[in-house]
Amino acid sequence: MNNFGGNKERAWIAYFAIGALLLVMPFLINWGLGRFWLRIIDFALLYAMLALGLNIVVGFAGLLDLGYVAFYAVGAYLYAILASPHFGIHLSFWALLPLGAALAGIFGILLGAPTLKLRGDYLAIVTLGFGEIVRIFMNNLDRPINITNGPQGINLVDPIRFGEFSLTRKHEIFGVTLTDLHQYYYLFLLLTLATIFICMRLQNSRVGRAWVAIREDETAAEAMGINTRNVKLLAFAMGATFGGVAGGLFASMQAFVSPESFTLNESITILCMVVLGGMGHIPGVVLGAILLTALPEALRYTSDLQQAMFHKVYIDPANLRMLLFGVVMVVTMLFRPEGLWPSPQRQRELTERDA
Amino acid sequence: MDTFLQQLINGLVLGSIYALVALGYTMVYGIMQLINFAHGEVVMIGAMVALTAIHALAGSGLPGPVIVLLGVLVSMPVCMALGAGIERIAYRPLRNAPRLAPLITAIGVSIILQQLAVLIWGRDYLRFPPLLPESRHHLGDAVISTLQIFIIVLSALIMVGLWFLVNRTKLGRAMRATSQNPQVARLMGVNTDQIISITFVIGAGLAAIAGAMVSAYYHLAHHLMGSMLGLKAFTAAVLGGIGNLAGAMMGGVMLGIIESLGAGYIGDLSGGFFGSHYQDVFAFLVLIVVLVFRPSGLFGERVSERA
Repeated sequence: MNNFGGNKERAWIAYFAIGALLLVMPFLINWGLGRFWLRIIDFALLYAMLALGLNIVVGFAGLLDLGYVAFYAVGAYLYAILASPHFGIHLSFWALLPLGAALAGIFGILLGAPTLKLRGDYLAIVTLGFGEIVRIFMNNLDRPINITNGPQGINLVDPIRFGEFSLTRKHEIFGVTLTDLHQYYYLFLLLTLATIFICMRLQNSRVGRAWVAIREDETAAEAMGINTRNVKLLAFAMGATFGGVAGGLFASMQAFVSPESFTLNESITILCMVVLGGMGHIPGVVLGAILLTALPEALRYTSDLQQAMFHKVYIDPANLRMLLFGVVMVVTMLFRPEGLWPSPQRQRELTERDA
Repeated sequence: MDTFLQQLINGLVLGSIYALVALGYTMVYGIMQLINFAHGEVVMIGAMVALTAIHALAGSGLPGPVIVLLGVLVSMPVCMALGAGIERIAYRPLRNAPRLAPLITAIGVSIILQQLAVLIWGRDYLRFPPLLPESRHHLGDAVISTLQIFIIVLSALIMVGLWFLVNRTKLGRAMRATSQNPQVARLMGVNTDQIISITFVIGAGLAAIAGAMVSAYYHLAHHLMGSMLGLKAFTAAVLGGIGNLAGAMMGGVMLGIIESLGAGYIGDLSGGFFGSHYQDVFAFLVLIVVLVFRPSGLFGERVSERA
């Protein structure tokens, strides 16, 4: 008993230390690496939310979704259309957050419904097509009625405001200056923690167990009385919801949306985070998201390096970034299919080959 | 009526190309129940390699069609090696792994191929030089070019050849045996690993030809051409019944025609609301409709529902 109490105490100390670190993180980054990296940390949190959402679909339920970015796009465009001078509508963040989540969820069900009876490979290719179609619509819905403003995208999207507190303006709190990037960091951190909490609760719920059962053996799951269709649809809708919320955050932070941001490569990026971190394991997915947001940014320095060494940039860093993602996916699947930080259960399943 | 006939011809040409690519999907699926996601990128690499060879030979003074033929002859072995390599690296080690694993490696491979193409050829479009005769023939009010006729005839010949290979040769019998039951085929002395490898190689060879056709038809090639083409060809394969060779051919031609007619008439049908830039949406709609109402495809007997 004593020992147990000690562990608990130590755990609390660890939580406290992590919490404190997360709180001072933006200041450390800003001081040590500059605003550029502070922005990247903001994006890492945004990607963590996206990856956690995709993880519900791919990791928990075992359904490969290659069009996840479509939900992100739906959330972003909804926010941009309803909070920008484009139509002169300026709804509040509190209205748009649930709206974006709901609309993305509905899209998730729309996409999932026709395909859930089918095998995983079909689902993958249909979702891939769906992602492309959403992008084609965003690109072309500027005529006859201008809804999305076509390839130019929508500008001057409202920042997130809580009453008079706008996240783009500098604020002075307790003598500490918070820039927009600091404020977005705290908002994203809060939402990421909320996402993690929801995912953990989901994982241990009846639905979460049903997802895992379907992933392992759909026929057996059905025989156990799980309504596989509804449960799979729920996975799609839940995953899409997180994508929609993240999309809204992205639109407001960038103050700009265009179809360029929602290509297939973006879906692949998010999938890659889930795969590398460890499908179905929440801490692993967060780790994957942070690693794969930061690493490609570090690759930017290679262009300076190339310039210095050869006086010419041979390999474009953006190119290198996608190449890295491709290699990461192949290498992870071949040599460590359970990911960098797998859940103990998943590791057992994937290393036992006789299944 | 003139537009109708014209769209029908355009659709037939497009459909022949889809059918060639769809054969690659369907053969691999038939033999190992796996969608080769990287297949579209193999088509893209085929087009790029062929165009590079054609550009290199363009100043040689050889007649145009000979140069194009040489270009295809260069790109075919490259694609075949690529097909075998993809199978060896990304699929073979994962044959007994969970289903998600080979899908993810396949996506990884296609991203790698796309980025390699950017590294080698850059992000700009590669233009197809005007080497082929541009003569046009009138068919009523519609026009068909020599190139279009050539594409249709060549595709048809290749498909007949492939049908012969699968149904009338020893290799074809081994392929069908592997497809039905790999374990039993092995007991009968079939080297299934080799057969699977050969299937990938044949599919990749067809992809190389299709790639050259697409770039000749649209007069260009670029590193992103593979994914949409792959998606459409896959749709064609599903439409015809995946795993079924004749189905893939029919599916390809049907999809090409649906797409052409759809793009030609969508403006009129929707009162000008949608334009022909929604052409790419049709393939996807067809895919959804087929998967919902007849997942085994128009000509397939195999039930595709399997966990």
